Formats: sequence, C-alpha cells, structure tokens
Amino acid sequence: MEVKNLVISKESVLQILDYVKDPEIDTVSIIDLGMVENVLVEGDQITIQILPTFLGCPALDIIKKNIIKAVKEEFYSFDVKVEFIYDPPWTSDRITEKGKEGLKKFGIAPPPRHMKEDGLWEVDCPYCGSTYVSLENIFGPTACRSILYCKSCKNPFEAMKPISNLM
Amino acid sequence: MTETNKTLDPVFEEHLKDLLYQLADDDFLFSFRGSEWLGLAPHIEEDIAFSSISQDTMGHATMYYELLEKLENRKSDELAHLRPSHERKNSILVERINGEGFYKDTPKYDWAYAVVRNYFYTQAKKVKIDSLSKSSYEPLAEIARKVNMELYYHLLHWRTWFVQLLSSTEEAKNRMLEAMKKVEVDLGDLFSYGSKAEKIVEFKLIEDEETLKERWTQELEKVCQSLNISVPEIPKNYSLNGRNGEHTQDIDSALATLSEVYRIDTKTAW
Repeated sequence: MEVKNLVISKESVLQILDYVKDPEIDTVSIIDLGMVENVLVEGDQITIQILPTFLGCPALDIIKKNIIKAVKEEFYSFDVKVEFIYDPPWTSDRITEKGKEGLKKFGIAPPPRHMKEDGLWEVDCPYCGSTYVSLENIFGPTACRSILYCKSCKNPFEAMKPISNLM
Repeated sequence: MTETNKTLDPVFEEHLKDLLYQLADDDFLFSFRGSEWLGLAPHIEEDIAFSSISQDTMGHATMYYELLEKLENRKSDELAHLRPSHERKNSILVERINGEGFYKDTPKYDWAYAVVRNYFYTQAKKVKIDSLSKSSYEPLAEIARKVNMELYYHLLHWRTWFVQLLSSTEEAKNRMLEAMKKVEVDLGDLFSYGSKAEKIVEFKLIEDEETLKERWTQELEKVCQSLNISVPEIPKNYSLNGRNGEHTQDIDSALATLSEVYRIDTKTAW
C-alpha cells in the first residue's frame, strides 16, 4: 500500500485548477481565462505552466500560491511547482465561452470581439446588452481592464482589454 | 529555460547580462519617475492611465531582473534595489527628475516634459522591443513578444497626448517645444549599448544602434511632419553615458527613495 505510487492524470489536476479563481473576479477560474498552458506529471512532481495575462499583474503571486494550495490539498504527497512561461504569449482570445459568461456575471464585458482597423472596439454592455457604449479610458483599475460607459442604461462598466498577436 | 543558462558561453553571457541590465534599469527608473506623478496628473482618467502604464512597465523591468536573477544567482529584488548608482545601466533620460520640488511637498512637475519624455522613450522602447523579439537569446525574445502587446497601448497613449498638446493652444505648443529641447539633449545614450556595444550586436542579441535610431527617427518624422514641427535630432556627442555607469545626481535621490523600504529589512518576505 504505497501512496507514493499513486498515478494521477493531467485531467484530475485540470479539474482542481477549474476551482482556482481569479483573486479579484471570483466568477472566473484560471482555466476560463486561458491561463493554464500545460500540466506535467512526472513521478511525484506536478508542474503547472501558467501564462501571465499582464506582466505587471500583482495577482500573479497570489494565483501561484492558490494553485499550489489547491493541488496540494488533493495530492499532498506530490511536489507541486508553478512556472510562468511567456511562449505562447497570453492573448485575450484565450478566454473561453464559460469565462466570458463568468466575466459578464461580475459586470465585466468580455474582450471586444473584434478590433477594427481604426482602433474601434465592439463591446456590449454587460448589464443591458446594448451596443450603444463609449470607451472612457483604455486603462482601468487593473492592468487587464478598460473603463466604458453604457449610454442606454447609463452605467459605467469595465471590459477586458483586448490583447493580441496583431499588435 | 533555467537549464539552458548553465551552458552559456561566458563571453556571450557577459554581454547578455549587460544588455539585460540596460533594459531592466531603463524600465525600472522610467516607471519610478512615472509613479511619482500619482495623484498629480492633469485629471483623474490620466492618473489611472499613467499609473497603469507605470505598473505595466515595472512588470517589464521585473521580467529582465528575473532573467538576471538566474544568471547572477542573486535575487531580483536585490538587483533592483541595492545596486549603487555607478553600477546602473539606465539612460540619463529616465533618471531625470520630473521637475522642481519633492512629490510629497510642493511638486512643480512639468506635464509637457512628462509627455515628451514618455512619448520619445516609449517610441524608442518600441523600436528596441521589435528588434529584441528576434533576439538570439530566446528567453529574451519571448519576453519581448509579450511586452510588445502591452506597449501598443502605452505608445498610443503618449502619442495621442503629444499630438493633441502640439495641436492645441499657443501656450501648450510653446511649452511642448520647450520640453522637446530638454528631452532632445538626452537622446544620445538612450540608443547606446555602451562600451560592450560591438559584441552585443555581434551576438545578435539586438540590432545595431544606427539601425534603431533610423527607425525611431522615421516614426518621429511621420508625426512631426503632420504637426509642422522639426524632427528631434539624436545627438552624436554627449558627456554622460548611462550604459557605462555614468549618471547625473538625479539618480541618487531616485535610488534612495525607491529602495528606502526595502533597505529597512532586506531579509523579510514582502
């Protein structure tokens, strides 16, 4: 009866990671945000490779700690390591459909579907769904969010800042 | 990524480290000067934007310091906070004070100077990042490709301010032209790789200084011509080269302030 020989699958780790939330947005997980690039299981070592959304994001350290805590709770005999990697770079189109729904629930519009040649964004208000919105500030309260205003329901709201390889 | 560092050729590593210090110290000092503006920007939306840009930029500096951490076997926090001024490799432009007065007392900071410095610096950074994204040192190239996405918004931001103020009132225009003169004299070492330049280029870590200067000038030409103002010239002769550890007094007060808390207890976990 050796606990050490327990074989765990990548999927079982991914399932745990789906419960690790964004520290500031508890309606989306790091899987929803597309931050998990790879899970490697070798012997008693679990390595989780994470793509940072924005390089100066202070939540990254907290996310790292939360991942280790969550995975250790389930697989306590394993050595759990979190690695931040930059290739491929995180882009906002990595956010899943479930992630977009989670963001809306929190009052944050998903990243604009499409950025036009002239830099115009297509964003809907997360509260009323109106497209009659204006961009107030590309920069917002955190590195990954912008500030917008809905002219239909007269609510200010935030949207995830679009980040892509085309920039 | 960590394993490959152990097998680097010593001469290559020496030059790689030098370039990494230049990049790290540039972004670090630039974001420090930016953070001094917190609460003082012309309006609240600008305060949010400027501090967000400073935060991103501090993150970029961290990326370079973390690459150095592995090469130097010394903590990135230490590299950022504890190195004396003569070991700093940042350009003179980023260490310059924002204006007269301490930010906690009665700062008389000049917004025109901030806009011009930030625009010129960010355009220079864009030219460098484009070149670094093809660097022979892959971990650096990966970071450059990621930085590039964030830089897009920074450049858009400062160019917009630059164009708008120069298309505004007579007073605004005069103050901007005055600021351009002040920034122009500091452009020399911004594009220099210092005494190790030759091999830095030879190792294909980044393209040569002249190529980058040309690209920067081409971008500035487009904007300046549309505004009917003369294009800034990058001085060929200048007295101090920050890449070789030569600095003005301005850096000393910056280092004293930014490392004050860290120095209280360097062993503690922040």
